[in-house]
Parts: sequence; C-alpha cells; structure tokens
Amino acid sequence: MNDTSTLKPGHIQGETGVWEMVIGLEIHAQISSKSKLFSGASASFGSEANRNVSLVDAAMPGMLPVINEFCVEQAVKTGLALNAKINNVSVFDRKNYFYADLPQGYQISQFTKPIVGEGEIIVDLDNGEQKKIGIERLHLEQDAGKSLHDQHPTKSYIDLNRTGVALMEIVSKPDIRSPQEAGAYVKKIRSILRYIGACDGNMEEGSLRADCNVSVRKSGEEFGTRCEIKNLNSIRFIIQAIQSEAERQVDILEEGGTIDQETRLFDTSTGETRSMRSKEDAHDYRYFPDPDLLPLEFTESWVKDIKEKLPELPDSLKKRLIRDFGITAYDSSILVEEKDYVDFYQQAANGRDGKLTANWMITELFGALKKDNLSFSESPITSENLGKLISLISNGTISGKIAKEVFSEMMKSKKSPSEIVKEKGLEQVSDDSEILKLIDQVISDNQDKVNEYLSGKDKLFGFFVGQVMKLSQGKANPGVVNKLLKEKLK
Amino acid sequence: MPNKDTIVDVPTVNKIARLCRLDIPEVNKKSLTNDLNNILGFVAQLDEVDTSNVEPLASVTGHKLPLRSDDVNDGNIEDLVLKNAPESSSGFFVVPKVIE
Repeated sequence: MNDTSTLKPGHIQGETGVWEMVIGLEIHAQISSKSKLFSGASASFGSEANRNVSLVDAAMPGMLPVINEFCVEQAVKTGLALNAKINNVSVFDRKNYFYADLPQGYQISQFTKPIVGEGEIIVDLDNGEQKKIGIERLHLEQDAGKSLHDQHPTKSYIDLNRTGVALMEIVSKPDIRSPQEAGAYVKKIRSILRYIGACDGNMEEGSLRADCNVSVRKSGEEFGTRCEIKNLNSIRFIIQAIQSEAERQVDILEEGGTIDQETRLFDTSTGETRSMRSKEDAHDYRYFPDPDLLPLEFTESWVKDIKEKLPELPDSLKKRLIRDFGITAYDSSILVEEKDYVDFYQQAANGRDGKLTANWMITELFGALKKDNLSFSESPITSENLGKLISLISNGTISGKIAKEVFSEMMKSKKSPSEIVKEKGLEQVSDDSEILKLIDQVISDNQDKVNEYLSGKDKLFGFFVGQVMKLSQGKANPGVVNKLLKEKLK
Repeated sequence: MPNKDTIVDVPTVNKIARLCRLDIPEVNKKSLTNDLNNILGFVAQLDEVDTSNVEPLASVTGHKLPLRSDDVNDGNIEDLVLKNAPESSSGFFVVPKVIE
C-alpha cells in the first residue's frame, strides 16, 4: 500500500493504481400511515405477533387489496419534494418470489410505471461542498413480514405484522462516489421525509433502510460489475459496508478475478459483507401487472393541491436562515438538518442576535446534550430559556463567561436564566463607582507591579484586568474595567 | 413477448418449476414442454395484430382504482389468521428454519 493520507474519500489505492467507487442507493421508507397500503390493519410498530394482520395481509384466497389514499398522497408529496416528475398514471405489478414471511408469494410493487419518475436533490458534504444526486424513481410497495431465527434450533418464527405496510422505495442514480456522500445522501432524504411528514425516518425501528449498490472502476472507465448490500439500518453501517465492500472488490480485481453480481449482507460484528443468495435466479422475479389492481390515476389539480401545501423544505430554509439571521452557511446547514432544530432555533433567535443564538445552540447546547447522552427532544433547556439567556448576554446583564455558568445550571435545574442570575447574584457589574473600588484595591495590593507598569512594562496591563475580574468573581463588565483601568494608570 | 418462434425446452421447464417451487416428475416434462409450446404458439397469433398505436387496456369496465381512507378497521384476528397454520407458537407461525 502506498501513502493513503492524500487519497480522496471514495478512492482506494491498489497495487495497479487508484480505484474509484460508484454507488447507487435504494432507500426503503415506511410511510407514516395509520393503516397498511392495501388493508385496514394497523401499521404500528411493536404490537403482539400477528395482531396487526388482516385476511388480506395473510393472503387468504379471495381477498382483494384496496389502496390507501393517504399513502398515495405521501408518495406524491415526496416526489414533489425530490423535484421529481409525478406520473399521473402508474401501475402495480407483482414481484414473485418465495419466502416464509411473504404469504402472497409475491410483493405488490411498481415496476415499469412507478408513481414518481426522475428527480434530483442537493446534498451537503462534510467539507462544506454541495453535490447534486439524481433520483431515478420512487415507487410504492408492500413491506414483507418478519422472520425470527433465534427462537428455536430448527424452526423460524414468522410475524406478519409488518406484512403489507406501505413503503416508498427511492432509487438514486449511480451518482454517489464515496461512503461519506452516501451517508450525506441518506441524511438529506431522511431530513426531507421528516419535514414533509411522509416517514418518521426512524432507522432503529426500521422505518428507513437502505440497499447499497457498489462497484469500483479505474477513473474514467466504464462502470464495473456491482454487488448489492441489503438492508442497512444506520448511516454508520452504510458507510462501513460500502467501504469494506469496495475494498473486497478491489482485492479480487487486482488478483485478476472478476466480481459476481450478487446480493450481500453486512455483518455488523465483523464489519464485512458476505454473500447472501446464490446469484442464480436471484433477480428472476417474473414481474407482471397485478390483475387485482387497476392503474392508479389522479388529476393534475390534485397534485397541485399537494404542492401548495408542502412545507418549507431544508434547502430553502437554509437560505432563509442565512439571510434573516445573518448566520454562516455551515451553521445554517446544521440547523436545518432536523425540523426540530429549526423550530427551536427560530423561537430562540426571534428578535435576538441570530449569530450568538446559533453559536450557543450548536456549540453549547448540542455539546451539553451529547455529554449528558440526551436526545434533542429531551433537552432540559427550552427555546424560550435559551433565548432569554441570549438576551441577558446581549444587554450586558451577564458576561459570556458567567453565561456559561448559568447555562450549566440551566442544564441541571431547568430553571430560567434570569432566576439563576438573581439567585446566585451573577449580574454583571457595570457601575463605574463599584468597579473603581475594585481597581483601587488591586492597585494598592500590587504597588510593585504598578511601578513596573508605569516605568514602561505595558504588558502588565492584562494582569491588572485579570486581577480586577478575579476580585469581582467574573462579574465586572470587562469593557468598563478596561476603560477605567486605562484612566487610572495614566 | 412470446411469439411463434418461442421454444420452451426442458431446461426452461426446469427453471420455471424451480422458481414456482413445483416438483414435476421427470416423465411429465416432455409433454409439459409440448403443452407450453402449443399454448404460447396459440397466444402468439395476437402478435399478428398491429397494436403500435393502441394504449394498453387495463379494464373494459372503465372503472378507476378505488381508494380508501387511512383508517384502522381490520386486524386483531390472530386466532383466525393462525387457524390454518400447520404449526404455531405464542402467536407466531412456525416454519422449518429458513436462514440465509
């Protein structure tokens, strides 16, 4: 291996040269509906086994699927938010395969005519750059059930509660070039889905999962043969799995081997991928239009209504925060990542110093929450109280240093900042006569230093400021101290 | 689209049978191949009609796909759902181990 420190993310240094990754993602997003895509059974998570199963979901003979209007609306909404083409006529197909948790023997999906066509989003990369990632399509489909393999030595246990829950599969174009870009892409999709309320984006509960298609090539060459890594349920795993899969492919190719197009699983304990199915027949799903379902049609005006009701999306919000609050692009991109952050920030910063509020929220609040292992929704500090703290700093009641003390007290006690300042007597002292008293004491205590200063040792000025601040227990207004000291030590 | 030239041979029958999880006795495969070729040949007559300017027809009734509102009004029937299962335990279907 050569020096890898100069390699760009997504590049792998091999014996024969530098390899580049080509990545495409299929994101499965569970629609936040109450009931399933084609049945009236509950779509909620965590119920007793097989409680949320209707005879339609169990694929009993003679049952007919009837589509959920809310789910159709969410797919259209998402398509609009992804700047994508909405297809006013789309068709449901059967994707045929056998598995114990698929009672129908097929998944109802959309193959040739999806509800949403091509679109694009802009993702924010760690280095501050932005990149356009193309969307190939979005289609509606049913989720499968859940198999438990660890309950019995020779048996699998099947729970059909998830069977038939509505999913949107969002397929990207192979525009992604590094694991980090893939992570940023998933983050952006998740953020958009949460803004519009189409999916809760909860990766732990499996509401958002990704399949990653990975291949490698020498720069400028044709795409290589790809492998698909199935069912990744965290951004960290997506990044790890892509990196390890690309490295595996480079090793094979450099030894003169070829890549088999196959489906692979990511083993979270080893951090490596392994083959999942024999490639033979793996993708022979024999799709055909579902004879139980007519084409899905809707009018242009229905789409227009949905478009008009779309909330402000992260990209536009980001620009607005920069314009209205004077914050940096970087801070703004952090704040718009989650709708909760933006709402909190706008309440806290309303009528106050936007930059200062962003600093306190991103550096102090996020830092403190992380340290205490709290999620954002569990924050002991409300937007109102953070706002009040900002006001106390801006109007000179407390110094920035004292504000940190008040802040950590707010984290502990949930009290309002003014209450804490009052209780602890932390108001900043700006009154000339009081500060002069302190200055006089410092001068009389340090007569030798005063003489040195007066004989030209200018650097000692900082020492006097420090002593006065110390004497005031940090409460003296540093600006006033500076001004009065200068006059006094002339 | 199958046409008159489509030839289903024994390997194709084997493949379809495997995908459909059908166990077809060896002795039946030849006749099944002939049957499939006859059926496909018959259907392939439709290719003689020029449909290049015709939209695919999904329904002859003119009905639109009916939509339902997002209400939970089904489920809570696990006993019924599990009634025909050859084996079940604590609310789960139980099947021979299937693991990748």
